[in-house]
This record gives sequence, structure tokens and C-alpha cells, in this order.
Amino acid sequence: MTTSVPTLPPAHSRALALRYEREIGARRSRVLLGLAVFIAAMATAGWMTEVNLGKLFQNIGAFGSYIVRLAHLANGEPVWTDLGEWFWGLRKWTVLLGETLLIAYLGTALGAVCAFILSFPAAFNLTPSPSIRFAARRFMEFCRSVPEIVFALVFVIAFGLGPIPGVLALAIHGTGALGKLFSEIVENIDMAPVEGIRATGAGRVALIRFAVLPQVLSGFVSYTLLRFEINVRSAAVMGFVGAGGIGQDLLEAIRKFYYSDVSAILILIIVTVMLIDMVTERIRHALTGMPA
Amino acid sequence: MNAPSSSSLAGHTASGVNRLREDALRELPHLRTRYADAFRPVTRNGILGVMLAVGLLALFITGFAELGFSFAKMIAGLDQLGKFVILMWPPTPGTMSRFLLFVHALGETVAIAALGTVLAAILALPFGFLAAKNVVANRIVHFLSRRLLDTVRGVDTLIWALLWVNVVGLGPFAGVLAIMCSDTGALGKLFSEAIETANRRPVEGVLSAGGGRLAAVRFGILPQVLPVFASQLLYYFESNTRSATIIGIVGAGGIGLHLSEQIRTLEWQHVAFLVILILATVAVIDALSTRLRSAIIGSRPAAT
Repeated sequence: MTTSVPTLPPAHSRALALRYEREIGARRSRVLLGLAVFIAAMATAGWMTEVNLGKLFQNIGAFGSYIVRLAHLANGEPVWTDLGEWFWGLRKWTVLLGETLLIAYLGTALGAVCAFILSFPAAFNLTPSPSIRFAARRFMEFCRSVPEIVFALVFVIAFGLGPIPGVLALAIHGTGALGKLFSEIVENIDMAPVEGIRATGAGRVALIRFAVLPQVLSGFVSYTLLRFEINVRSAAVMGFVGAGGIGQDLLEAIRKFYYSDVSAILILIIVTVMLIDMVTERIRHALTGMPA
Repeated sequence: MNAPSSSSLAGHTASGVNRLREDALRELPHLRTRYADAFRPVTRNGILGVMLAVGLLALFITGFAELGFSFAKMIAGLDQLGKFVILMWPPTPGTMSRFLLFVHALGETVAIAALGTVLAAILALPFGFLAAKNVVANRIVHFLSRRLLDTVRGVDTLIWALLWVNVVGLGPFAGVLAIMCSDTGALGKLFSEAIETANRRPVEGVLSAGGGRLAAVRFGILPQVLPVFASQLLYYFESNTRSATIIGIVGAGGIGLHLSEQIRTLEWQHVAFLVILILATVAVIDALSTRLRSAIIGSRPAAT
């Protein structure tokens, strides 16, 4: 099969080529300028954070040997040669992991309840009063802008060491994060059922129960499950500031250089997080009607 | 069924609404017989739902008991918290030198976030391509790179920070490496998803023009996904500014060190000042990156 490509007259094609060069050249110089600004910003950042390339290469090796040490027991044998010795504290760690999951669950549940209550005043289609809306939105914004570990630090001093500050910190952060998502769902509902129920003379509670809730429930549950996944990760480090869960033991093991304990606890955390992610992802996809 | 139509014109006065309600209630038996389906008795799914709700509620209540919540403790704690809040007013850094110290630490925090995000992106890029089905067809490579990214993602930034402090010592460098590690997992996953949803046609075009596989990736896929990558990068920079404020708690540089120190020494006015400073910075970065993001995405409507 023969094909012929039609060619343009030379003058015409030269003009086109010139035009193309000009356009591309303009874009190229813009990209170069952006790149220069970017590199300058990164250099400043590197200078501020005391990055030292020599130190980096030296430390890459150190990190490698750290990983290797994580894979060895105190007696110098690789961890997989003696699983009983590696996971010697399995019973204690399982209990702590259970506590971590409980902290995550209670924090998520409390946060979801508060976010549920706040999402209606924060939605413009259900709350005509701008001042109430403003107050609800700013409150939620504050709750989600402050990191949960900062809340935990403060609560540990107010409520004492233990899981209580952890739960409250997750609950407050969750209220802010979920409240925003919930109110966005509420703002996107179909208003026809709301008008229908309102026309029957229903009060606000009945209105939300029969017109709004059926439309938003699956979205709410899906976001709450997603929050639970995030909170399991957060709850695992709450112990770093004394707010309960497995974090306390992990912190101790890292600080005291109990290498095999560090790897054992990390593996337990990672496996738990992955299992929870898998289960909740299934449920979420089932809720939103997507194939799992 | 014709009674409400006349009274609905009575407007939204209280008596009008009440009349509506009475009319509606009077119609209820009729409706029940006419729309039997809508008033159906309890279904199996309904029972399951109620049982699930009861179980979750039971766990909720026993959970609180299990973790040692008590009414007296809550009251005492809230009382303390109230005192702290009162002591926070007015927020102030105290001295000028401390103010400068805080601002410097804040700059360090932003720098940690920026550098960590960029390094993570550089590391995540090859993993993103390896984990994308349409670039690497090998299922084993695909599976392994996915699991590796999942594992890295499963470890919290704070844990990474603690590990790196152990390796490179206290300081912001450990923070950079921590952000880099935890975000490589997240960004790698997002990158691979963006690559998988890229349009196939440009790739086929390059291949049909005689381009190799590398050229197909460079000219067929990369131009489509780069704006998406850039926008995700900015988003992560935003969220990393938040995480970089806390990694100082374990000694990995930035403002978190000062924050935890001031909280532990009960200097509530300084704490309030620091929190406001952090919130303002995060808000500014949010606004900036939102504008940049819309500029990048808007300039080239590519695959999302």
C-alpha cells in the first residue's frame, strides 16, 4: 500500500514553522522562568531546613542500616527465625491496638454526631439566617484547622493522661472535617421533597427526618467511614503525647532502640490499618452503588 | 384530597399551617389504604439496620465505660479547660525576641512542607508509572509497587518523623525526610490513578507515528497528567503545612516544638498566639494554592 503525504509550498510551510517556533518559544521561556522561581524557592527551603547533601548521603546509609537493624532480634538473629521472640508482647499489643481502635471509633462516632447536628445550621438551603450559618461554619473551620494532636496535647493536661483526651481530640477534629462535608451534601439535595414535606405543615425535625435524611444518609455514612479510616491512623500516634493507645509503646520502643519491638508494632499497625481500609472501602462502594 | 388545595392558599400564617396539618392528618387513613406500599410493614433490611444501629450504640456506650470516662472526670476536665481558655486571653508572644523565634520556626515549618512535598513527588513519579496498569502491563510489578506504596502510606507522618530523628538526629532535616516518606505513598497512589484515567488516544497517536514506548509516555501521557500532578502537589503542600506544624512535637523541627513546649509549661497566652499564627499561615497558603491550582487546571482542560 502506498501513501503520499501532501506537502505545503515551501514559503507557506516556512511561515508556519516560524509561527510555531514563536509560540513554543514564548511558552518555553515561561516554563523556564517558573522553573527558576521554583528552584530558588526550593534552595531557600533547603537552606532554612539545614539540608546538607553530604549529610543526606551519609544518612541514606544510616537509614538502610536502621531498616536492617529493625529486621534483627536483640540476639542478632533475623526476626523471622523466632516469631515467638519477635512478637513476644503480642497479647499486650493486641489489647493496646484494641484500645486504639476503640479510641478511633468513639472519636469518629462523637464527631459524626456533632457534625450531623451542625451540618443543618451550616447549610444555606435549610438555614436562611446568615448569622447562624456564619457561626456554625466558623466553628467547624476552627475545629478542623487545629491539628488533632494539638488538641490532644491540651486535653492531656486538662483531663489527665489516658485515652479520654485522645477520643475528645479526634471528636473535635472530626466535627470540623465531617461537618464541612456533611453540610456540602445537604446543600446539594433535591429541594422538591423538602417543599413537599413543608407543605404538609411539618416542623423542622420532621422536615429533616423525612425530606433530608433519606437523601443524605448514604453520603453521611460513607464520609464517616472514611473518617474512621483516617482516625485509626491518628489514634495510633495519640500515645506519643500520652493520649492512649499503642502509640505510647511504639514511642518507648523507638526511643529506647528496641529494634525488633519497633518492627513488630509497626507491622501490627500497618496490618490493622490495611484490614480496616479494605473492609470500609467495600462498605463505602456498596453504599455508593459502585462495584467493589 | 381536595381540602388542602384551598387552604394552602391561606399563606404561611401559623393558623394556616396548623389547618394544613389537621387536614393532612385527617387524610392519613385514606392515604394508608391508597398507598399501602409506602406504609409497608418492617422489612428484613430494616430489621438488620436497626440491629446494626443497636450494636454500634452498645459498643459506643460500653466503649466509654471501658476507656474510663466518667461524669465527674468530664466536669473536672471541662472546668480546667475553661480556665485555660480564660488564661489564653490576650494572645501574645511575650517578648519581641520570642516573636522572632516563633516566626523563624514558622518559616522552617513552611520550608519543611515545601521541600518534603517536592522530594516526595520526585520519588513518587516513577512509582506512579510502575503502579499504573496502562504503562506497565506486568502484574507482579504492578502488585508489588502498589503494596509498597500502601505500606509506606500506612505509617503516619509522626511515626516517620520519630524514626528519622533516630537516624539523622533532631532538627528540621528529619522533618523533611518524614514528610517525604509518608507522602511518597499517598502521591504515588494518586499519580498512578491519574495516569490510569488518562486518555489513550494521544498514546496511540504517538505509537502510530512510529514512537517508542518511552516516547509514548513522554508525549502521549505526560502532557495530560502533568497539570493534574501539579494540582495534587499543591494540595499536598497545603496539607503538609498542617502536618509540618506538628512533627516538631517529636523533635523534627518547625513550630511544633515551640507549641508543645509552651503547652507543657502552661504558657497559655503564648499557645493561643502560636495557634493563631499557624491558622493564619495555613489560611494564606490555602488561598494562594487554590488560586495557583485553578490557574494550572484552568489553563489546560486535561484529564482529571
